[in-house]
Amino acid sequence: MNSLDAGREQVIATYNFAYLDEQTKRMIRRAILKSIAVPGYQVPFASREMPMPYGWGTGGVQVTAAIIGPDDRLKVIDQGADDTTNAISIRKFFERTTGVETTTLTADASIIQTRHRIPETPLTAGQILVFQVPIPEPLRFLEPRETETRTMHALEEYGVMHVKLYEDIARHGHIATTYAYPVKVEGRYVTDPSPTPKFDNPKMHRNPALQLFGAGREMRIYAIPPWTEVVSLDFEDHPFEVQAFERPCALCGADDVFLDEVITDDRGGRMFVCSDTDHCNTRQAEGHAGEQEA
Amino acid sequence: MAETDFLSGGLADPVLAGQSAFRAIMQAMAEPGTVQAVADCPTPPSGLSRTMAAIATTLCDADTPIWLDVALANDPQVVKWLAFHTGAPVTADSGAAMFAFVSDPSSMPALDRFAQGTDTYPDRSTTLVLAVDAFDADQPLSLSGPGIESTRRFAFAPLPEAFIDQWSENRARFPRGVDLILAGPEAVACLPRSTRIKSGEH
Amino acid sequence: MYVAVKGGEAAIDNAHRLLADRRRGNRDVADLGLDQIMEQLSLAVDRVMSEGALYDRELAALAIKQARGDLIEAIFLARAYRTTLPRFGYTQPVDTGRMQVERRISACFKDLPGGQLLGPTFDYTHRLLDPALAGGAAPETPEVREPDAAPMMRVSDFLGQEGLLEPAPDPADKPVPDDIARNPMSYPMDRDARLQALARGDEGFLLSMGYSTQRGYARSHPFAGEIRIGEVELEIAVPELDFAAPLGRIQVTECQMVNQFQGSAKAPPQFTCGYGLVFGQAERKSMAMALVDRALRATELGEDLTAPAQDEEFVIAHSDNVQATGFVEHLKLPHYVDFQSELNLVRQMRAEVEARGETHQEAAE
Repeated sequence: MNSLDAGREQVIATYNFAYLDEQTKRMIRRAILKSIAVPGYQVPFASREMPMPYGWGTGGVQVTAAIIGPDDRLKVIDQGADDTTNAISIRKFFERTTGVETTTLTADASIIQTRHRIPETPLTAGQILVFQVPIPEPLRFLEPRETETRTMHALEEYGVMHVKLYEDIARHGHIATTYAYPVKVEGRYVTDPSPTPKFDNPKMHRNPALQLFGAGREMRIYAIPPWTEVVSLDFEDHPFEVQAFERPCALCGADDVFLDEVITDDRGGRMFVCSDTDHCNTRQAEGHAGEQEA
Repeated sequence: MAETDFLSGGLADPVLAGQSAFRAIMQAMAEPGTVQAVADCPTPPSGLSRTMAAIATTLCDADTPIWLDVALANDPQVVKWLAFHTGAPVTADSGAAMFAFVSDPSSMPALDRFAQGTDTYPDRSTTLVLAVDAFDADQPLSLSGPGIESTRRFAFAPLPEAFIDQWSENRARFPRGVDLILAGPEAVACLPRSTRIKSGEH
Repeated sequence: MYVAVKGGEAAIDNAHRLLADRRRGNRDVADLGLDQIMEQLSLAVDRVMSEGALYDRELAALAIKQARGDLIEAIFLARAYRTTLPRFGYTQPVDTGRMQVERRISACFKDLPGGQLLGPTFDYTHRLLDPALAGGAAPETPEVREPDAAPMMRVSDFLGQEGLLEPAPDPADKPVPDDIARNPMSYPMDRDARLQALARGDEGFLLSMGYSTQRGYARSHPFAGEIRIGEVELEIAVPELDFAAPLGRIQVTECQMVNQFQGSAKAPPQFTCGYGLVFGQAERKSMAMALVDRALRATELGEDLTAPAQDEEFVIAHSDNVQATGFVEHLKLPHYVDFQSELNLVRQMRAEVEARGETHQEAAE
């Protein structure tokens, strides 16, 4: 049998459960345990090429593949929605390689893989939220060198980050960072929450679920264990605040959620709807209605 | 014991057994002091506990140097079994081990004898796997820190010598320091370096 | 009435069917066989094997066909397959001195033992499009040399005898080389890990980096000491045997770039070496790799760091085209949430500016 036949026979049918080989899973699992033991610290791991491109969730996919089992129920969201194309693609990948049940209901999922949002429905103990992270280093755009930022973390030298935020205040009167807003985890590591809107930052604080972060291209895994202190960086005279929307969701009427702006016609018409599609659908099913439905 | 017994005692389905054992360990690490059942353990030689064997096959391989305490290192069946089922190289240098297996916690070396990681790479530290008899002994400990809502009562036996003091030194080295996986009868509990321990009242 | 966008799943399936259709193209044209790709686009196959880090001509050909000739996509396919393969062991270090040489040139010496062998090279071809090739004309039968089993001494060995070339690194100093596929990279890197990263690195990127050193950004006075292309034997140590077991032969291209070096606080004046080794016939890549390897040795040799090609983090972190293409192309993914956040912020800042009665015009006055 030549190598190509071997290759052909291995397609899907004989790929390992959850795609990754066991040695790779062990390596990722060891990194996950370290990341939980040192909350907010970025553990280097030998990230693998995955069958989807780097930057498209390979870190989150590797973390999910290393933890998922037949008893899990998986939810995958991108921008808060279950039906965005990349969320569908990743969900199909796990359906094919593990056969686990999938769901769109936040409350029913044991593992939720996400890009750019934390679900609006509060998570519960035992759930695991897996974030896809493009640039795990919160200091990267202030200092491009890994050797430097690693030392800054070691020495807890986070002055540059405060200077950056303070320059915003001096210039605009408020902090001009709206997503990937840096947090301090358990009073030690400044950590990147992934490019979630800062609206979601308070959800990370003392969350009963385990939050795991995977950055495939940058080869880092980090974690926030349940009930961990997560504080968004701010100043006494300029406390952290989240975005507020002027009107509620046009579909479900929710006024405490993050909204997407949808352009409805070519004359500047627009409306605001929940970015979290499951939350919106659940509320509508419960009889809540926004201005469009009323 | 027969010459080739070390070949047996593996898992029928190592992929799924490894996954479920890992989830138990991960959950235990994420919620320190909770006891998580490990359902599907291998059957190692008697010198090694079944739960320890499950942890070894789940986490160790050719990339992870392991350190064995005297009782384990002097048991050729255990050494052969671990070599065959994990492929992990054994090191005599506790400071070079990624995992250390301790069958007798009461006579184990001090925690600071193991790799502590560095300030820049605190992950380069030893994870200790301790065989424990029970999680419901006297001396209840009071745990706090990440993974714990306020405080959590916890106990295990036997305790390593001067454990509370050793642990508070370990905690003081944070983010450096060692993490503990406690292997009880078909169950695990964990003490990551982030956990604070006080000797609680009865 | 607005209804939330749905149907992504059907759209993906349709897009993939369309892709398969376009890949096949006009059905009146014969389907391309993997044997044709392996035989007639062999340098593309070599590049995919080299940057895909998987020596398998047939799989590389399949990847090229599947990728519609997009080589970075094909490299990605090869890597994603490679990463699932179990590791059975590690071969012994390859001895390129024992290479079955098909091409070997040195720019340093007019003649040397073993001679200059041009081999199948584009060099000295006139780059005139050949209409005869379009017509499928059969090539003439070339003259070929009798295979010679005798080892061909490397130019670096001649120079080394006089002590004018730095000695090659001693394998005993680091018996087990790093493996960037198994261990996460950390900076600063050892040269062995760096060379592994460069061997997988993007040809175009390394070409530009190497070129920049020739134009004065960390000039290294390079000479092509030797370039050799040919087959080498792979051997693996089996504990049960007292000799290394042969696994087969692979084709590699090796480049040893010799650089004048005036000496520094750390090393005497001598020639130093930049090294390139890649799968298949990939001369440009091996030369660029050797130039970049030499530039990245600046710290080791006590040279001033002045240029991008000497910056290890910059070069290595951006040399992998699978990583680079993924992250550049991920900008196609939805970013509604982040964009919404920025949209709100810009509106807010605009409103604040207007409330203060400032406009850019006033500011300019």
